[in-house]
Amino acid sequence: MKKIYLLDDAIISPLGFSTEENLTAIKNERSGLKFHKNNRFPSEGFYAGIIENELLIEAFLKIGEPKKHTKLEQMVLLAVSRILDKNSQINLSKTALIISTTKGNIDLLTKSFFPENRIYLSELGNVIKEFFGFHLQPIVISNACISGGLALAVAKRFITAGKFKQAIVVGGDLVSEFVLSGFHSFQAMSAEPCRPFSKNRKGINLGEAAVAVLVSSIKPQNSINISLLGEASVNDANHISGPSRTGEGLYKSIQNALLEAQISAKDIDYLSAHGTATPYNDEMEAVAFNRSGLSEVPMNSFKAYYGHTLGASALLESILTKYSLLNNELYASLNFDEIGVSKPLNLIKNFEKKELKFALKTASGFGGCNLAIVLKKEGNE
Amino acid sequence: MSKANYKITDFVSIKDHRIFQGKSQIFKTDKSLGLDQFLKEAYINLKLSYPKFHKMDGLCKLGILASEVLFKDHIISPETALVFSNSASSLETDKKHQQAMSEIVSPSVFVYTLPNIVLGEISIKHKLQSENVFFIENRFNPELLRDYAEVLLEAEKTPAVVCGWIDLKNAEYDVFLCLISRKGEIPLSKENLKQLYLFENE
Repeated sequence: MKKIYLLDDAIISPLGFSTEENLTAIKNERSGLKFHKNNRFPSEGFYAGIIENELLIEAFLKIGEPKKHTKLEQMVLLAVSRILDKNSQINLSKTALIISTTKGNIDLLTKSFFPENRIYLSELGNVIKEFFGFHLQPIVISNACISGGLALAVAKRFITAGKFKQAIVVGGDLVSEFVLSGFHSFQAMSAEPCRPFSKNRKGINLGEAAVAVLVSSIKPQNSINISLLGEASVNDANHISGPSRTGEGLYKSIQNALLEAQISAKDIDYLSAHGTATPYNDEMEAVAFNRSGLSEVPMNSFKAYYGHTLGASALLESILTKYSLLNNELYASLNFDEIGVSKPLNLIKNFEKKELKFALKTASGFGGCNLAIVLKKEGNE
Repeated sequence: MSKANYKITDFVSIKDHRIFQGKSQIFKTDKSLGLDQFLKEAYINLKLSYPKFHKMDGLCKLGILASEVLFKDHIISPETALVFSNSASSLETDKKHQQAMSEIVSPSVFVYTLPNIVLGEISIKHKLQSENVFFIENRFNPELLRDYAEVLLEAEKTPAVVCGWIDLKNAEYDVFLCLISRKGEIPLSKENLKQLYLFENE
């Protein structure tokens, strides 16, 4: 079977600058969302997961000069450096670099301190390539809110086709006035910390993060490994900003990913949903999950921990899903109160230990895009 | 990578206010026209009866026009994948949104501040429920497009692929899309993609 392995990873977020710190925070149901003053909003501010500049600069000083790089660049460089530091065997002349972002350095539209070309998303790829000395031309993916998961899928597709043997997949996005004002114009922003799938959900919070994952076709020498067995992305062909009422694209993505993994819905032990907490998105997911026979599978959304980290989110949540499987841990779907969608779902209310083998990660986004990924925990079988 | 027998079944380009179906020019307007006017006249000329077109941003209008021409003489499977790329992402509309931020922001502008929206618009217009991806490259990269089209076809994730380049920056645009399948005469290769892309750039 064609698959890849998820090896080392790094998470740079308001919950910490390592995967370990992030997992500890999640186990303790600690959220990175905080209130930030801003007079654009009737509530005079918004909740978001924002990385403190001082902390980031302090961490970045160990690897580079902060004034040479934008905030987003510092975040993604830090994420990649965490992986390279711990994996000295990585051959930079053969390791691909796959980057996912929706808006990149979009905040540079108003600031002119950096050269104009830094706003181009391909330049973000070049900055990472040059900083570390990767040889291959970076591949940059900008496909709305599924970008991070799609980047993993693209890595698997190229690796299993023999284009390269291993890759570092890195995702990152900022909380910018640009995106805040846009979601606000859609009336999609919650004035409170978001409540995915809950009756009282009132919309999204935004968040920022940079995450990186090392993936490879070669099975690592561990007793337990996580593989990416199946993936698929199907467009709704319904509406560019509203999810399909029937959840068609997400449903088809799930079916195709399960088919490729050669398993059925009843094999899935845990489901990591997109769960943005907008009324329409969560309802659409509930419909697609029910059509797929997943209504009883323990599931969560990580959005109340981080906010929606856009191009990073599906990659960030894939990393967290990996640790759910590895550690046999189900993390609480934070802020969930009472079911608020028309179909039954099994939201995880409290941290729980449970033997897990297969997990499904899904994401959906503007443009009608959807994505599903199947991860498996493999022992020495 | 595999050496399967895939072909460039057909291709379309839009450049300098001219539209080419394959290598034949099918429409042109005076170069002095503004982009919006060119797009509008092309819409009329192609007899598109699709009022949604007028709500779209420039990148999506270019994508709709190009796909209309490309699909004209072919039966397109609803599972045909879309693999697009450009350099400027949605920068043209990003600037519009940025300007509006000091006053009133419009959701109908904001929604177009993502490059993959054009994939959604084409999917809606042609009822394609399929694999989509938008790559950002600093210039046309035939190797990436060939490799990814082959990967999707070989993995049987799709029976055909529409791939290409669709860039819009400061009202300057460059569109080249091609249909990849098992039908046709031109072998899918990096060189052939490059040559066909450059043809309209001469």
